[in-house]
Amino acid sequence: MNIVVCVKHVPDATADRRFEPDNTVDRGSVDGLLSELDEYAVEQALQIKQKREGEGVEVTALCVGPDKAVDAVRKALQMGADKGVHVIDDAIAGSDAVATSLVLAKAIERAGGEAKIDLVVCGMASTDGGMGVVPAMLAERLGLPQVTLASVVEIQGNQVRIKRNGDTATEVICGTMPLVLSVTDQSGEPRYPSFKGIMAAKKKPLETWSLGDIGVDAGQVGLSVAWTQVEETTARPARTAGEIVKDEDGSGAKALADFLAANKLI
Amino acid sequence: MAEVLVLVDHVNGVVRKPTYELLTIASRLGEPSAVYIGPADQADDVTEKVKKYGATKLYVVDEEPIKGYLVAPKAETLQQLAERAGDGGLAAILIPSSGEGKEIAGRLAIKLKSGLVTDAVDVQAASDGHGAAPVTTQSVFAGNYTATTRVTKGTPIITVKPNSATPEEADGAGAVEKFIPVISDAAKAAQIVAVEPRQATGRPELTDAAIVISGGRGTGGDFGPIETLADALGAAVGASRAAVDSGWMPHSYQVGQTGKTVSPQLYVASGISGAIQHRAGMQTSKTIVAVNKDPEAPIFELVDFGVVGDLHTVLPAVTTEINARKEG
Repeated sequence: MNIVVCVKHVPDATADRRFEPDNTVDRGSVDGLLSELDEYAVEQALQIKQKREGEGVEVTALCVGPDKAVDAVRKALQMGADKGVHVIDDAIAGSDAVATSLVLAKAIERAGGEAKIDLVVCGMASTDGGMGVVPAMLAERLGLPQVTLASVVEIQGNQVRIKRNGDTATEVICGTMPLVLSVTDQSGEPRYPSFKGIMAAKKKPLETWSLGDIGVDAGQVGLSVAWTQVEETTARPARTAGEIVKDEDGSGAKALADFLAANKLI
Repeated sequence: MAEVLVLVDHVNGVVRKPTYELLTIASRLGEPSAVYIGPADQADDVTEKVKKYGATKLYVVDEEPIKGYLVAPKAETLQQLAERAGDGGLAAILIPSSGEGKEIAGRLAIKLKSGLVTDAVDVQAASDGHGAAPVTTQSVFAGNYTATTRVTKGTPIITVKPNSATPEEADGAGAVEKFIPVISDAAKAAQIVAVEPRQATGRPELTDAAIVISGGRGTGGDFGPIETLADALGAAVGASRAAVDSGWMPHSYQVGQTGKTVSPQLYVASGISGAIQHRAGMQTSKTIVAVNKDPEAPIFELVDFGVVGDLHTVLPAVTTEINARKEG
């Protein structure tokens, strides 16, 4: 069984994230890491591998991004993925979700090779762009069933069954592999790489592919051909520090009620 | 004027408020055409509702043949309506920004070779002439930045967050057209085998509410004080991820990056430290209040008013105070 996990390298969400002058995400001056939400995808892939021990399950971590993005693949390898693929090409810079999904889809096809991919696992969204559309786009491009936004994942034979918490209902969704699975941050806490895992990762195969390697024309990707253009980005003015009171003998409640009344909120 | 397709947000034919918001936005861009994919026997009721908010047309798609399948059939339906309208026939396609809505939009973008914007908080017609793509505003990087974006290829596909427009009543012709899409077998590959509707709380919808009272780890699992204050104020109840992960509240209450984004008049964070995860979902609230035992909690950096104290004593006292003032 072949599993590909898509992992994204993103600017640290707890750092001071910003944009480049061309309104693309600044990926240079802010420290990057494996997107937290993709760790859940890696975790699910590894749990499936563990449950099917001895059945030859192979987990490939796939990342598209600049030089430093390889760190996201390394982290996945340290967690326990078997091999890594890093697609890197200057032409990719500034790609929108549509182009990114094209690159990922072509890389998944190549990763499968003769032995086809049974399962593509993604996080629910990235923590930078945060659109949450790439898993559905991959299903569309690869012509595979989309079993997405899973908070619980169960696999029996070639059947995948998930729980999906929607806006108005919780649904149980079923699909037959091969398919695209995306998981939420409720699907199970990702493991930390062990020391052994970190050492082992250094010896795991990690391939670097260009657009040419996966048969994508450079003219199909990148900022200049993006189907959406960000015209302007503006930092929201920092919220000015408000009044902080210490509650002593019920004074806090009265002060808060006074504040709400003064602002016509009660 | 070119048509603007609006995917109707509803539960079993009961239209939800974001539909009216989308129709109001659509009328800024062209002629609003609502697309209703749902139980056919509710179509008359839906027609009456969308007409009041300016829908010129309503495409009724009986959900019966596609009900049990996830996302893909709805994307194919919209694709066929768009292709029928032809090149330049549609000014935009507006879809509610739910998990499902965004997935429909993503698939549709690929099918129609069209640009996509998700989670718009505002959509305005282009000022630079007829036929130009609308200008969308998004709140990004956990609400720290605002971005304006335009689709540059194909039919602009835009998913819009709840509360991004004030619904405006307008008389629409509401001409009904039954539409029967051709759904591929491939689109029927992911099956919905069980549905458990969310239970009504009797409180306002989290994303619609003017006031939201949220609780976090500091509640210790007791949301009583939060709920009582919420009811005194006619507010919705929210929760941090910590409270949801602890199993204290269902995921549908979660405010934050992986839950709901809210932007109410008043947001009260109780026993919530204010991690970036949470901030992402509430930072654009008009007035922010926090109650927390820890004076160092990062949430206090955001607040207009903060109380350092135990929520279990402060909130009930505030509730009493508010009720007393209401009577007085």
